Amino acid sequence: MIRKLTFATVYVLNQASAYDFYVNKLGFKVHTDAPIGKDNRWLTVTPPDQPEIEISLLLVTEGEMFTKEAVKTVTELIQKGTFGHGGFECNDIYATYEELKSKGVEFAKPPKEEFYGVAAVFKDDSGNWFSLTQKK
Amino acid sequence: MTTEQYPKVYLYKRIVQAKLFIDTNFADKIDIDHISDEAFFSKFHFIRLFKQIYGKTPHQYLTSVRIDNAILLFQKDKPVSDVCFAVGFESLSSFSGLFKKNVGVSPSTYLAQQQYRKQQIIKNPLNYISGCFAHKFGWTEYSNFEEVK
Repeated sequence: MIRKLTFATVYVLNQASAYDFYVNKLGFKVHTDAPIGKDNRWLTVTPPDQPEIEISLLLVTEGEMFTKEAVKTVTELIQKGTFGHGGFECNDIYATYEELKSKGVEFAKPPKEEFYGVAAVFKDDSGNWFSLTQKK
Repeated sequence: MTTEQYPKVYLYKRIVQAKLFIDTNFADKIDIDHISDEAFFSKFHFIRLFKQIYGKTPHQYLTSVRIDNAILLFQKDKPVSDVCFAVGFESLSSFSGLFKKNVGVSPSTYLAQQQYRKQQIIKNPLNYISGCFAHKFGWTEYSNFEEVK
């Protein structure tokens, strides 16, 4: 029986830039930052109020996981904003929106009233998108 | 705050600017009265709105930002006394007390824990990495981790 989610993966194009985005702009906490090889890290972050759920910021890199062609394809798809990886919740979406916008975060959709609350969509520095919701 | 109360965008901008001011200037001596003046609010009104949006008073938020930044510096192996003043505390005793209250251990204990963890990550990186991904990426116990030391 599956009991819980321990980590989820978000593929990024640059881990240093992803660190800056998730830690300095979104305010996430660094859980693990372990160097692996010369240019790779096992970098996981957690949302501020959920220290038990890690988001692994994995580099799209050629190797066992991706062929050279796959790296090119996946990189292009990420940059085009193909992948949505989930949703985050906040207490006050308008304040969060103003803050993230002032930090240069790109919003694909500004806050809008929906039947379930107020929702927006933002992109990370690679092009992955996430929904942001303030529940009713 | 309910969503019906929103259209006061200007209020949000001012409170958010005050929060960002704290995020940027936490290492300096910050006077909450000065921030509320800058935000064109009475002190009482400012504190009430700030707490409504962020769940903490500006002073509580400032302390949490300082503690969070102290944690980041400890993760970079900085000594306790340097960290204390680098994040804006004026005395080691108030830093130690607030750090322990928020994090659960003293700054020196936390630093020692981080140093130990860092050593362990370098020594046994696979203990800190998801096994299935390590395998998928070819990161095995026979990999050459030494190059990262």
